[in-house]
This record gives sequence, C-alpha cells and structure tokens, in this order.
Amino acid sequence: MNKNITMLEIKNLKASINENEILKNLDLTVNKGEIHAIMGTNGSGKSTLSKILAGHPTYTVTSGEIIYEGKNIINLEPEERSHLGIFLAFQYPIEIPGVSNEDFLYLSYNSKLKSIGKSEVSPLEFLAIITEKLKIVEMSPTFLSRNVNEGFSGGEKKRNEILQMLILDSKLSILDETDSGLDIDALKIIANGIRNFMNKDKAIILITHYKRLLDYVRPNFIHVMRDGKIIKTGTADLANELEQKGYEWLEV
Amino acid sequence: MTNQSNKTLNSNIKNLVNQPYKYGFSTNIEKEEFEKGLNENVIRLISKKKNEPQFLLDFRLKAYKKWKEMECPEWAQLKFLESNYQDIIYYSVPKSKKKLNSLDEVDPEILKTFEKLGISLTEQKRLTNVAVDAVFDSVSIATTFKEELAEYGVIFSSISEAVHEYPDLIEKYLGTVVPIGDNYFTALNSAVFTDGSFCYIPKGVKCPLDLSTYFRINDQNSGQFERTLIIAEENSQVSYLEGCTAPQYDENQLHAAVVELVALENANIKYSTVQNWYSGDSKGNGGIFNFVTKRGLCVGKNSKISWTQVETGSSITWKYPSCILIGDNSQGEFYSVALTNNYQQTDTGTKMIHVGKNTRSQIVSKGISSGNSKNTYRGFVNINRKAVGSRNYSQCDSLLIGNSSNANTFPFISVQNSTGKIEHEASTSKIGEEQIFYFLQRGISLEKAVGLIISGFCKDVFTELPLEFSVEADKLLSLKLEGSIG
Repeated sequence: MNKNITMLEIKNLKASINENEILKNLDLTVNKGEIHAIMGTNGSGKSTLSKILAGHPTYTVTSGEIIYEGKNIINLEPEERSHLGIFLAFQYPIEIPGVSNEDFLYLSYNSKLKSIGKSEVSPLEFLAIITEKLKIVEMSPTFLSRNVNEGFSGGEKKRNEILQMLILDSKLSILDETDSGLDIDALKIIANGIRNFMNKDKAIILITHYKRLLDYVRPNFIHVMRDGKIIKTGTADLANELEQKGYEWLEV
Repeated sequence: MTNQSNKTLNSNIKNLVNQPYKYGFSTNIEKEEFEKGLNENVIRLISKKKNEPQFLLDFRLKAYKKWKEMECPEWAQLKFLESNYQDIIYYSVPKSKKKLNSLDEVDPEILKTFEKLGISLTEQKRLTNVAVDAVFDSVSIATTFKEELAEYGVIFSSISEAVHEYPDLIEKYLGTVVPIGDNYFTALNSAVFTDGSFCYIPKGVKCPLDLSTYFRINDQNSGQFERTLIIAEENSQVSYLEGCTAPQYDENQLHAAVVELVALENANIKYSTVQNWYSGDSKGNGGIFNFVTKRGLCVGKNSKISWTQVETGSSITWKYPSCILIGDNSQGEFYSVALTNNYQQTDTGTKMIHVGKNTRSQIVSKGISSGNSKNTYRGFVNINRKAVGSRNYSQCDSLLIGNSSNANTFPFISVQNSTGKIEHEASTSKIGEEQIFYFLQRGISLEKAVGLIISGFCKDVFTELPLEFSVEADKLLSLKLEGSIG
C-alpha cells in the first residue's frame, strides 16, 4: 500500500474571485492510490476548488499552499500543471468550433510527451492509441472527425472528458460532476472507465451531488464542503447517511 | 501568496498576436527617381520613359483628368487621413547597368531581399513548379519559366513588356473590366501605373504551371500602382498566385492596384492572394494603405472566376474582388480570410453581379479581429432581371480576440427576378478565456491553441488555396501569432 505517499496537500487555502472569498481555509490531503469524493450544496466552493487546482486565471489565491508531489504549484501555469499530471474533467466541457477532436487530442497527447522528454508520435501511431481508448468509453471512431464537443450530447461530452483523461494518463484527476446529466448506461460506462484507469500510483477527486456514481466507484473518503471549507470527512458510508438525512443534518 | 489574476489570458493572447513585423527591412540599392508630385508632365514623362504607344498615353491622360474631378470615397468603415498625392514619387526603377537576361545579372542585394523573404528565385526556379514574375518596386526584374510557358503559347510578362510586344491585346482589354473612372483609386492607378503583370492563356490551353508574382514595396516614398491583366481564352485554364510583403516604415505608403480578369467561354481563372504588407506598429503608426480594385468578367458561357485571398497586412485595406457573371451558366467565387490586429482597418468583401442565366456564385468570408482593429465584410449580390435561375450562397463568419476589436458585416442583396435563389449565413464568435483554459488544461500551449482555433476557423478558405500557397498562408498566420507568452 502507498498509504503514506502524499500526492496532494492543500493547506489553509483561501481564494477569491472579484474580491469575493470563495475558499476559506481549506485543507485536504490526498495520498496515492486514493479516491476522494467531495460533496456539498451548490455554491459551497467545490467547482472553484477544482478550477484552482488546475490553475484557472480568474481565481486569485490569497493565501495557503497547494503542494503537489512535494512542490508548491500555486505559481505554475495551467499547462505546466497539466504536464505534471493534473487533469480536470470539466463540469461543462467547452465547444471548440472548427477544431477536430482528432487534432485536439493529438496535439494534447504530443504536448504531454514532449513535456516529459519523450519523442512525439506520428498521426498513424496516435490513431492506434486512440482507437484502443475509444473502445473503453464505447465511442465510435467517427467521433474523432467531429469538432471538439460541438453538437455533442451531454453524455458524449462527459465521455469525451474521460477519454482525454485516459489518453493523458494523468496522475491526479479531478472529475467535476462528471456524472451529472448521464443516463444509467452512460454512467456505467464512465464508472467502468474510471475503475480501469485507477491504480496505486494515481489519485482521483470526484466532485458529485449524487451517491449513485459512488456506488460504482467506491471512494476511500468522502468530504462535505460548505461555505468554502471541508466541514466533515468520512468513509464511503457517509454517502448513505447524506442521502437519507440531507445536508441539513450537518448544520451546526 | 500570489495573484493569479495577474497572468490573465487576455493579455497573453494580446502579446501573442502583437508580434513585430518580421519582414521589416529595406534594401540599399541604387535607384532612379522622379521628383515628387503628380501633374500632366509627370504622366507624360512616365509614358515617355517607358516608350509607350500613343493609345496608352491617351489612356493615362484621360484617367488623370477623371481623377482630378473625383473625390476619395468615404462610405467605407475606415478612418484615415487622405494621402498627400503631391508627396509621392510616381516612378522609381532599380538602376541596372544593362538589360537583364538572366537571374545572374540581378542586383545581389535584391536577390538577398527575396531570400530573406524565403523566396529565393533561384531556388524557386530549380525546385518548384512555379513561374515567378518578381516585381521589385515598379519594374519587373526577373521573369522565369518564360520559355517553357511560351511552348504552350502562354504569355506571362510584365505589363510594360506586353505593351510593346502585344499592344493589340492591351489596347483591346485594358480598362474594359475596370473602367478608368470606376472609382477614385482606379482613376489614379490608370493615370500613373508603372508596372504589373500580364497573362494571356490561348484557346484550349490549360496553363501547365501556377503563375506567381511577388510584390514588394521598397522605396519609402514611392506608392505602388500595380496593374494586372489576365485573359483566358475559350476553354483555357489558369491559376494565378499573388503574394505581398513590404518593409517596415513609419510613413504611410499608398498602394492602389487594379486587377482585371477576363474569362471567355468555358475558361477558368483562379486568382489567389496572400497579402502581408506592413500593417503599422502596435500604436497604429505607419503601414500600407491598400486600396485595390479587383474585378473579373465572366464573359463566356460556362466560364468561372474564383478569388481566394488571405489578407493579413496593411494598416488600411479597401478591397472587393468581384465577378460580373455575363455568360450563361458562368460561376463566381470569393473565399477570404482577413486578419486584423492593433489599429488595422480592413473593409473587404466582394460583388457578385449576375447577368446571365443560371449563373452561380459562392462567398465564404472569414474575418479575425484582435487588438483595437476594425474588420468589415461588405458584400453586394445582385441577381439581375435577366439572370433567370441564378443562385448565390454567402457565408460570413467573424472571430473576435480580446475585448477591443470590432467586426462588422454589411451584406447587400438585390434580387430582380423571382427565380433567383439566395442563401446567407453569418456568425460571430469569440476566442473565449474558457476555450483557451480548456486547451491549456490539456497541456496545449496558448500559442498552439490560438493557432489551432484560427486555422480551424479558416479551413474552408485555406482548402481553396493552391497547395504551396496554403502552406504559406498557414505559416503566415502562425508567424503573426508566434512569439513569447506571458
């Protein structure tokens, strides 16, 4: 077990957007091999946390540290964080007209290879790699020629996010409500993709509102966020309790 | 503690597209010049210097008379101080010791300039399948592949040469597509043009090479007044490429070209342009004023004229490559990418005039504006009373970068018979911070992200360019976008 190898350590994190403080002294430690779920009401700061981890420029970190693999990453650019293995599956994946999924994924994959000092692959080699990954998320190869997320259904967009995670083989993956808006079949496909992807050297943070994803992908810990802080941490069973009692139950 | 909002993406994008002009250098070569200013004597002198036939002198003088009565048009979405036409040198020739027979005799300085631009004539000659008529300032200095073309009966020469060798063709066609008094700038051009290109494709000939001209303004005070005339006889076919770069100067330079195309029955002319004149500095000082009149006449049945342009330079661009579709079943096409940055102003588009029956036209215009620039599409589609069964399809898309740029679309459509079919689509989009963040999160650099979005946006137009030009256009756009980040 890697129980003691820390991948991510967030200490006293405070962050704001337009002078509004959204994260207020947040602490979180994620070790290798762990899946953490973050739950909580709308507006509790879950998505903000995910964007700050990925380095979104509109948020200002006012104090605290984000230590990833022993290094404070607060001053790193989003693409540098990506190259270090941090992946964010977006809650609302962006449409990019005119850019094919294939070009986008190919460029992304090669940027990653380049950043770790490996030589880039040819489009043909890439096609072989992507074809394998497409099977995992049960997507048709025709989807490669479509523009990035343009005209995709909600389910296709979310599967595309998981596909990108598989391709980039990220170490720390933050999935922001990847289960929202999915029918039960799509949810199973995605859960399956996540389970196959996970191993002892990786870590996943699942941001979700629903217990159902957690039935398929069992987390090691569940955290409840409110008002920019983690107010409760428990094991996977906490989800059942929340499902029954609602967040009100945690009101102090 | 850190302030992440300092590294806002918007300013990054701005840095990226605000690269200094790379082709800004001038060449020291001896040149012969006239005094500044314009009057009848200067025109007579130009004509005399070039030993022109009487009809051409008359043409020039008539044009000058018209021009004097005209005023600079003000209807375009452009703001500028009118050039001082008395402060321009209307004739400038690089001095050469003797008449040039081969490239070896060309001033090495000039060849160096071309090499800096990546257009080594010698290389071009040896490696490519493109005939190059290099226009340096006002006089053609080298023409290649002429002999090969001659085997097919194709004439490709400077227009001054053509005036002497084929005066009948020049007299017959010059000014027939774009009349002398068509507008202020055509009148000026007709009066003072010093050189340009002439192409003649005989009956039934498919031109074996793409014909290509590189233009370059080198003389600080000499406006360039290029004149191009292309005639495609029955059942002939030609693809013509035009590319421009200019050195960096503070002063505005005037460029008022006229291009005339004539397509006879079943003839097909494809005219492609990559324009990268100096566009001024980041504060809007300097840059070329580019007032161009390009027009094609589809005279014959089933003839076709296709314009493709990639406009990235000039501080001001005023340009509407147009087609007049007279022959039944004739076709006109206009594919355009216009990129503006800093304080550039571009007002471009096309006119498709349907006169013949079952004539068709297609317009695809892509405008990209960043910085404080202004990018305007202006189009006119006219389906005439007699143009039964004619069709037009227009698509105008604008892409905005940053918050201070401006995109306008002015499509004018006039249909005068009930059998015409017109389709018009338009869109405006913005490279948003969230889009860029999506790329960055996937490990793709800002530079590559913007490049990919822009080439995706321009795809429909780039595929219309001849292959070698398509590569050049892609290179040019990424050149404009390449550089340091943050």
